[in-house]
Amino acid sequence: MSKHRILNTRAPRVDAADKATGKALYTDDLKRPSVLTGAILHSPLAHARILNIDTSRAEKLPGVKAVVTHREAGTTPYGVSPARYDETVFCHDKVRYVGDEIAAVAAIDLDTALEATSLIKVDFEELPVVLDGRTAMDEGQPQLHEMYKNNICAQVHWHFGDIEEGRRESHLIRTDRLSSKMQDAAFMEPQSILAETESSGSLTMWSSTQAPHYIQRTLAMALNIPLHKVRVIKPAVGGGFGPKASCSSAELATCLLAIRTGQPVKLTFDREQVFLHSRARHQFFHTMTTGVKKDGSLAFLEHECLLDGGAYASFGIATIYYSGSLLGGPYRLKNMKYDGHRVVTNKPVCGAQRGHGAVIARALFEVQLDRIAEELGMDPVELRLKNVMEAGETTCNELFVSSFGMREALEAVRDSAAWKKKRSSGGKTRRDGKGIGAACGFFVSGAGYPIYRSRTYHCTVVTKVDEVGGGVTVSSGAADIGQGSDTVLAMITAEELGLNLDDVRVLSGDSSLSVDLGAYSSRTTLMTGHACREAARDAKKQILEAIAGKLEVPAETLDLREGKVVSLAGELDFSRLRKEYLQEHKGFSDLPDTPQLTFAEASRIAFLELGTIVGTGKYRPPPLGGSFKGAKVGTSPAFGCSAQIAEVTVDLETGEITVGHITGAHDCGYAINVTQVEGQMQGSMMMGMGEALMEQIIYDNKGRIVNANLAEYKIPTALDMPHLDAIIVESNEPNGPYGAKEVGEGAIMPVIPCILNAIYDATGVRIEELPVTPERLVAAMQAAKSRRG
Amino acid sequence: MKKIVSVTVNGVLHELAIEPRRTLLELLREDLGLTGTKKGCGIGDCGTCTVLLDGVATFSCLTLAIQADGCSVETVEGLAEDGKLNRLQQAFVDHGAIQCGFCSPGMLMTATELLRRSDNPNEQDIRRAISGNLCRCTGYQKIVEAIKAASEDTS
Ligand code: FES
Ligand code: FES
Repeated sequence: MSKHRILNTRAPRVDAADKATGKALYTDDLKRPSVLTGAILHSPLAHARILNIDTSRAEKLPGVKAVVTHREAGTTPYGVSPARYDETVFCHDKVRYVGDEIAAVAAIDLDTALEATSLIKVDFEELPVVLDGRTAMDEGQPQLHEMYKNNICAQVHWHFGDIEEGRRESHLIRTDRLSSKMQDAAFMEPQSILAETESSGSLTMWSSTQAPHYIQRTLAMALNIPLHKVRVIKPAVGGGFGPKASCSSAELATCLLAIRTGQPVKLTFDREQVFLHSRARHQFFHTMTTGVKKDGSLAFLEHECLLDGGAYASFGIATIYYSGSLLGGPYRLKNMKYDGHRVVTNKPVCGAQRGHGAVIARALFEVQLDRIAEELGMDPVELRLKNVMEAGETTCNELFVSSFGMREALEAVRDSAAWKKKRSSGGKTRRDGKGIGAACGFFVSGAGYPIYRSRTYHCTVVTKVDEVGGGVTVSSGAADIGQGSDTVLAMITAEELGLNLDDVRVLSGDSSLSVDLGAYSSRTTLMTGHACREAARDAKKQILEAIAGKLEVPAETLDLREGKVVSLAGELDFSRLRKEYLQEHKGFSDLPDTPQLTFAEASRIAFLELGTIVGTGKYRPPPLGGSFKGAKVGTSPAFGCSAQIAEVTVDLETGEITVGHITGAHDCGYAINVTQVEGQMQGSMMMGMGEALMEQIIYDNKGRIVNANLAEYKIPTALDMPHLDAIIVESNEPNGPYGAKEVGEGAIMPVIPCILNAIYDATGVRIEELPVTPERLVAAMQAAKSRRG
Repeated sequence: MKKIVSVTVNGVLHELAIEPRRTLLELLREDLGLTGTKKGCGIGDCGTCTVLLDGVATFSCLTLAIQADGCSVETVEGLAEDGKLNRLQQAFVDHGAIQCGFCSPGMLMTATELLRRSDNPNEQDIRRAISGNLCRCTGYQKIVEAIKAASEDTS
């Protein structure tokens, strides 16, 4: 039995009914009087010097209200990480990828705006391009940015423990490789922005963003407006998965157009622009050498990674750190060396995407564990169980895991998927076209530090009790982008105040409501959840103290439960309070008729005593991590972990792969909302499966995306997806509210490798390049056959 | 040259003057303000714009407004009955079939058509029916469960 009334249930999402009726408003659904339409001129070239921009014909087109370029926008550098501010609102010296933003137009309608962009004349001097990340660092390659010598945007060199010691201890050492292609997040809602100014000089921007707070800061900085005059509001958002966490040129341009025209301006991407703007998954090239002792325990990991990040840094600094740091868990590993380089190339920009930086590294490591198990003649699940960390341990890169249900998760999928029965014995693969594979994963539950250097609280929450009594309003800057954070905040508040969910109103996603760093790094449940609980408790304390004062009883003897004030110390005489309340409500029909004081009465009386009651809460993680360079990335107040088993069938002739079933278990600490935890797990499985088998951005030799649409960039449909089993493991995280921690991203970590391991089991073939398309698999099977002779 | 189009949307007859090249999606979202129907791609790849055109699930982004002349269109705004969610909508809410919700209007319309023509669809029937409606959030599992539950609930 749950100790909670609201938490740990399958309460429906607070926004679900609005979304099921079409009432929920996304940015492109918003209407403003005399709104103008914005359009962007993107670079048609991957690398070129800008010699001249002539906007005169565009400006003369009837219906055009403003045309802006770098001349109007200025060239204040911005970006995600202050150490790598390498973007400007518009290109001024060079364009660096097909899609780079050169100018923007506001006009009376979209047709006029688009026609105007086509009338802007840009003189280019074409430059040689860098399209292959693997050679981008070579001598003599064209240089994208002055600030990135040899096109190296960032590099990391870490050595924890002693690799040589690990080598000496090793009984078996092997080296393996895995690379991937750039991928798109493919959220269903294309980015949309609406901006408007007020006569006071304030700017309001509605945007399909994941991080109103960071966007507010970037708008203020890049457009040179006082921070407090910028308000960013996130309406309903149709998925983000990472790319919507960084401020875009389109957001800046739309705001600039609104400022210059004095009229509201709306700009919505078409699907091709979503692909061009990208900021999604990097291309990774990983090489790993892993050593194990005779008994299968890990001795060391030496890891090299090259990230192709496209034309600018975006989130890439965090990406390259995460690629290395998140291999510190979930296994005991004393010795780890990591050398990572992130290069820039003339392609759309990569950034953060679900499982930030760690997904392909995890895939290779989990494949290696399988190969090692095979060589040792061990069961791959047993090998993992032998190595898993337990709560209370610290990784070699100084990440402390305060709760850890890794063993439980792995055993749960093993048993649920009948692993022992299905997996052929002795580590031998079946090679009959049917396969089963397992893998684990490890992820942060919120980044330990903000993106800019600051002691800022990561979130604050304000819970105001309705002055009229009966309900509360929770205000938070947190960004519900579909993952369901509004529902989590409502559930926590209802739980603490003894209310029903529909007595709680959640206002969120608005930079003017409170500080919240946003929906990234799987942080909201743990961090905003903490602040929300504190705010509710603060409000509750004020209500109970006011009532206790009126009734002349100690406040500690009162509690709020199921919409009532309960006394823990005998009967209460509250007849005076009820009388006062009834007097105020002559003519009302929903009057209290219980023998207990209701929340409506108590909150009203408390208001009469105190005035408006506001509870506040805040959260900031304690100082975390080691003292080495880059030690802060990868730190978190808690870590989630996952295990999954995939079952596949491969057509040995055509290479067609059918995933028949995925069983996943995720340790989320404590499931605030059971349905939503499962939903995050299942959504992760879908994204991971797409990345494993079908998703890849394809470029031509001029750096143009040839499949910038959802027909040729394939993501799984309902027919591709198998039945997904989601098992929740609860390890009661001491640093999380009610024991809760992340599920949003951790659940994607095992997906790719468990499918790869299953494909190997089915075919006896290992693929070193993702996605595993039928063509790649057939080629690999044929090569293996000819090797065998 | 604008053309006159008469179209019944969710039971209400509208007469509009509309450019021949404008889509049914634009007619709904821009002329009638029915923004429940979404535009995820505009070129027939995602299914978020699905409406029922004379009862048939149709991508409104690929349908010209003038093609709907004299037709009856149903959108997500017309599903609720007497101000209450219908059983399919309720099943979506109860089963967690909605996350970001951007695919939901189109998904609901496709499922509405399926449930009208088939009493007792099995899991494969449901998956086949919604295979033109992409969802990036749910992995489809809870959507399939919701549609199944709605098909079984005859109350
Ligand atoms: S908007 Fe019509 S199919 Fe995508
Ligand atoms: S719920 Fe987000 S796309 Fe389906």
